[in-house]
Amino acid sequence: MKLSKIFTVLALTTGIAVCTQANAGTVSTDGSTSMEKLIGVMSESFMKKNSDITVTYNPTGSGSGIQAAEDGRCDIGLSSRALKADEEKTLVGTTLALDGIMVVVNNKNSVKDLSLDQIGKIYRGEITNWKEVGGADSPIVLIGREAGSGTRDGFESVTGTKEKCKYRQELTSTGDVITTVAQNANAVGYASLSAISKKVKGLTIGGVAATEETVKNGSYKLQRPFVLVTKKGKTLSADAQKFVDYTFSDEAKPLFDKAGVVSAK
Amino acid sequence: MLNSRKKIIDTEKIAYWIFLILGIMNVGFVLMICVYLVLAGTPAIAKIGPIDFLFGREWASTAEHPKFGILPFILTSVYGTVGAIVIGLPLGFFSAVYLAKMAPKKVRLTVEPIVDLLAGIPSVVYGFIGMLVLVPAIQEIFSLPDGSGLFAAIIVLAIMILPSIIKVSVTAIEAVPEEYELGSLALGANKIETIFRVVVPAARSGISAAVVLGVGRAIGEAMAVMMVAGNAANMPYSIFESVRFLTTAVASEMSYSSGLQREALFSIALTLFIFIMIINMILNMFLKKGIKR
Repeated sequence: MKLSKIFTVLALTTGIAVCTQANAGTVSTDGSTSMEKLIGVMSESFMKKNSDITVTYNPTGSGSGIQAAEDGRCDIGLSSRALKADEEKTLVGTTLALDGIMVVVNNKNSVKDLSLDQIGKIYRGEITNWKEVGGADSPIVLIGREAGSGTRDGFESVTGTKEKCKYRQELTSTGDVITTVAQNANAVGYASLSAISKKVKGLTIGGVAATEETVKNGSYKLQRPFVLVTKKGKTLSADAQKFVDYTFSDEAKPLFDKAGVVSAK
Repeated sequence: MLNSRKKIIDTEKIAYWIFLILGIMNVGFVLMICVYLVLAGTPAIAKIGPIDFLFGREWASTAEHPKFGILPFILTSVYGTVGAIVIGLPLGFFSAVYLAKMAPKKVRLTVEPIVDLLAGIPSVVYGFIGMLVLVPAIQEIFSLPDGSGLFAAIIVLAIMILPSIIKVSVTAIEAVPEEYELGSLALGANKIETIFRVVVPAARSGISAAVVLGVGRAIGEAMAVMMVAGNAANMPYSIFESVRFLTTAVASEMSYSSGLQREALFSIALTLFIFIMIINMILNMFLKKGIKR
């Protein structure tokens, strides 16, 4: 994590793209900023075991990551959305992990279930009172994360609320979101599946509760895949293949929890 | 005899160089920070355009067509600071007058350490208590949907600047020569008249310095404010609006930022830095005036 942070900072402050053609001992990854944590813990633990290999990460966004994989500018592209049909003609996407996002409300709130559509309407400010979705007659207070947060990006892209959210509070950590929702009976917030505590109530989405299982089988809708993107027909360098194999190994299993996501395997 | 004298001269020299190097290092750090801030902060201002940057009303740093207007942050910081002074100054000033001139010795000896303690509490603790106690209380009292916002931030800041206002004011009031007071009393003024007509005017510049010091602390505070202000990039049209300060704008987005967004955050930091420089200059002016008196 620390190393990848240093790389990130280096890449950003100097404006130099770290992503280069694969050379000996380096595995370059490029793409989704939401995957920073996952790739961070993965590469840190990988590099501890393979000290001769360096894994670099360039946080550019899913689109640029896919493009970089297409152009061969990096070994592995990182995308936090599934590949589109025309991208799949030349690229292979391997889903590494699933990022489940839970919608949380105060324990006093009587609402138990919302549809994805209702969540979108609430966050766009089209529904502003809990009674419109079967709760008490009180205003809805929208709690979210800061711009650039992976959870926010994931939530907004799945619910179709990108750039339209009428946040009352933008907080900088999952813990703050949970604390704030636990304090305010009118509040609704979102947090990564792994961060849920008893202090707040997680809603079911379209009748499906968020568990590792429902995220895995796809019935829980508020989720997105973390995809490793590689070029079709091009074999990975030995080091890159080693890294990919490592991420899918049993050894790497506990790392998914650490990064707050569900392993796709 | 001659030998030992030589030795003394040597240690003097060594000490001289050590202090010189340490002093230069200090100056170097400050210069480095200034130069880096200017270098890191100006490119984005140039790219965005100084007018669009400083007077733009909308901040949407990660949108597809990003907007980098920091007017809401500037106004929020100004309102927040002014609000904190409006509440904090009377409280702090009257406490200082009481402590310096009226309090029995016992009271003073207990209250002063407490004020010191108030200054030593980390800002995250203020923020946390604000989040858990103040925000729900404001929501309850004013029956709002949510208590976080400008008002909560002002209250937290007002409490945070109290210690510096009290301490500097007490010092300023005590620095007034006793003869002034005695003269006033001898002319038949009572104690309160003496304090407010003679002592306080004489301590004016010191008290002004306390205010500027408070302003400096309030405008630079990030952590406590971030936890209670709501942080939505709204224009501060209402006192209960969820708002973002200059400091929190930098702190909240820095960790995940990239590209122009990150450069713009440095530009916000530069803006804040210039604000604080101006405040410091004013502070120095007051302090110099105080010495001349």
